[in-house]
Amino acid sequence: MTDHTSQAELVRRSLKRRYRKERRFRAYGIMAIAIALTALITLFTDIVGKGYTGFLKTTVTLEVTMDPDLMYLDDPTDSKQVRMADFVSPLVAAVDDALPGATADDQDALRRLINPYASTELRDALIENPEWMGTTRTMSFLVHSNVDVYVKHKGDAAYSIKLTEQQQSWVDELRERGLIETGFNDVFFTNGDSRDPAKAGVLGAIVGSLLTMIITLVLAFPIGVAAAIYLEEFAPRNRLTDFIEVNINNLAAVPSIIFGLLGLAIFINLFGMPRSVPVVGGLVLTLMTLPTIIISSRAAIKSVPPSVREAAEGIGASKMQVVLHHVLPLALPGMLTGSIIGMAQALGETAPLLLIGMVAFIVEVPEGFFDAATVLPVQVFLWAGSPELAFIERASAAIMVLLAFLMTMNAMAIWLRKRLERRW
Amino acid sequence: MQPLNLLLLTMVLAVVAYGLGYARSRALAMPLGGVRHLKSLPGYYGVRAAIWCGVPALIILALWAAFEGKVIQSIVVGTLPETMIPDSAGEASLLMSKIGNVANGSLPPGFVEEPVAKAAELLQALQVQSKIYMTGLVVAVALLAGFLGWIRIRPLLNAREQVEAVLRWFFFACAGVAVLTTVGIVFSVVFETIRFFEQVPFLEFFFGTSWSPQLALRTDQVGSEGAFGMIPLFTGTLLISFIAMLIAAPVGLMSAIYLSEYANKRVRSIVKPLLEMLAGIPTVVYGFFAALTVAPFISDLASAIGVEASSQSALAAGLVMGIMIIPFVSSLSDDVINAVPQSLRDGSLALGATQSETMKKVIFPAALPGIMGGLLLAVSRAIGETMIVVMAAGLAANLTANPLETVTTVTVQIVTLLVGDQEFDSAKTLAAFALGAMLFIATLLLNVIALKIVRKYREQYD
Repeated sequence: MTDHTSQAELVRRSLKRRYRKERRFRAYGIMAIAIALTALITLFTDIVGKGYTGFLKTTVTLEVTMDPDLMYLDDPTDSKQVRMADFVSPLVAAVDDALPGATADDQDALRRLINPYASTELRDALIENPEWMGTTRTMSFLVHSNVDVYVKHKGDAAYSIKLTEQQQSWVDELRERGLIETGFNDVFFTNGDSRDPAKAGVLGAIVGSLLTMIITLVLAFPIGVAAAIYLEEFAPRNRLTDFIEVNINNLAAVPSIIFGLLGLAIFINLFGMPRSVPVVGGLVLTLMTLPTIIISSRAAIKSVPPSVREAAEGIGASKMQVVLHHVLPLALPGMLTGSIIGMAQALGETAPLLLIGMVAFIVEVPEGFFDAATVLPVQVFLWAGSPELAFIERASAAIMVLLAFLMTMNAMAIWLRKRLERRW
Repeated sequence: MQPLNLLLLTMVLAVVAYGLGYARSRALAMPLGGVRHLKSLPGYYGVRAAIWCGVPALIILALWAAFEGKVIQSIVVGTLPETMIPDSAGEASLLMSKIGNVANGSLPPGFVEEPVAKAAELLQALQVQSKIYMTGLVVAVALLAGFLGWIRIRPLLNAREQVEAVLRWFFFACAGVAVLTTVGIVFSVVFETIRFFEQVPFLEFFFGTSWSPQLALRTDQVGSEGAFGMIPLFTGTLLISFIAMLIAAPVGLMSAIYLSEYANKRVRSIVKPLLEMLAGIPTVVYGFFAALTVAPFISDLASAIGVEASSQSALAAGLVMGIMIIPFVSSLSDDVINAVPQSLRDGSLALGATQSETMKKVIFPAALPGIMGGLLLAVSRAIGETMIVVMAAGLAANLTANPLETVTTVTVQIVTLLVGDQEFDSAKTLAAFALGAMLFIATLLLNVIALKIVRKYREQYD
């Protein structure tokens, strides 16, 4: 009897230690989740904090006098001469006028306050409206990217090192008088890439991504669905089918960069397709997403209950009719969901596209499947590698655009699943 | 006509063929007393006619478009005099682009040698001719085959079976694309790898401890050979993957355990999608985060405590890669833990074990093979990950185990060797394919082993 009580006593005494262990184990679990979620939150706040300024642009409003003498024109009516005229001098003069403190020696420093492309804008405006010649007009221009980051990150020393103290005080003065303003950066959404961060935009990359995705969708969805139908409904159980299945499972785990090597060696070097074009990008991404689409489509087909098949067969439908008329429509929502997720993966993919040359610096927005193009994630990569701080904030902003697209796609997939998927 | 327009035209012709086939089958059925006297429904006759019209034409179109460039190029190069025949692939592409520029008018013919100008004329003529022939052939085949398909429609013809057979072959071919992709991968790396080993000795590649694939500008330059020892790349890859797994394995595993054993439904439904969000973030975003936030943070922190750290440390890349892999580990372990039969859990709890004791002493040992398989899959993903290391790890091939130093990885080297202009037969570019082959083999082996373990484990409890 005494032995028995001591056993119970032992257990009771160990209980405290065991419960402590239990609590510790539970705390580890909570800690693990906390670590993962902190990483997620840090990532997002970092990107937003770095990049929200990318959606802002800084403009300066100037009273520009289009003085033919200042532009070295002897005949202001000659359009050929106007095209070649000096448009920088009137701009610098306008900045000089706006800043009473500046002297004639400051021309160079003043010129570096406005965007290098402002003179081109002025020229285009004047060519369009020849009657402006000789008049003074209030116009607004983008500022130089160094001024842009200085204004956006007031007080941060890292962003002001490219401006002299004199320039900084001018900018502050113009800002106080309301001549330098910050507004929504429409340029970012209407331009392609540029050497000048203030003129760089994501439109080219968005269109490139869109073209690439169209190719991927048009090829990967039908091929993936057809392959899934074959494997689920028609494939005999034999070595060949097993081999195909093993292949699909392995391809799903092959690193994406290997698909880039495939694209380079087969599509570009063997078939002689051009580099940097959306068609080749789309082909490579098709091969990459195909396993994902096949696997999810097979799951969707599997979830259609046998009773549907049996009923159709019972009234005399052929195997193909059962599949096409009954199984496929019922499995389609699941297939679509899987495909959207696969497409979202493809949209964020960068590595294979680097190898097939979609990293070129391309200013024009691509117009077709055979135009040289880049895609959003590659654009992020290119800007992130730039030493200029103004490009880093553009990269961050481009990431936000990319994430917005991905979230929309994933939300669409979830919505589709909730709306259309039937539980049997 | 352009191939794309021709494709559209062929499709239109196929639609017309469908309509004609449909109409003919009905017309044939009318005297017999209606559609029910046909062997198949009229729509199948239409589809059959469309297949006859469209499929052969499309195959010819695809083949023509794929090989047109190569054939024309070889004809054009063949007309050049002996002395101008290029010796290397680089020269050949230079010559072709010169001829191409003259042909499309961006380079005036007066600026180039006489034979090149002639070749450009020929190229232009051939391109025009090729388009005409292609259009003629495709349209002729579509019309002829469509007509044959249409004329052979008979009431006793079982069009449905034929159409279904064609569809079945189409489905089979689509499933075969996966096999073709694997074959394509193997071929694209194997040939280049063999050529690489013709230039660089086998042993140097596998056991060499220095990697500097600089391209020599002149052949007599010092160090023009370059060094192609993959050991530093291999250790760099392993170091970064190891750091990543050091983060991902415990965090992923513990969060999976907590979510499957402790968390209530509400917490689960919020936390799980959030964790999955980590998996949906593109790798380039992680790379950006690693290179511009984590790496400077680590080097600042290290210098604050008086340790020397590189601005492109292996630690930064590994940490961020670990975060990326967390959801991968956690969802795989979640599956595995849930697959352990409830009876094991109930039995252990009934004996008075606490939940953590049940987990540690019963469920974890039972799930261990599956978890190991999942971890192996995660390792294979870490090894193949590219963007994070391209952006955050360096290019210097150091042979070191210090996580604060810069290392480089196999994937980084593949990207740096292949991005930009390249000569296709230099050891430098071929090295990228050899590395690709090693990467493919390594990940394939890991995957095969992991999948085998996971499958065996599943069978145990099914």
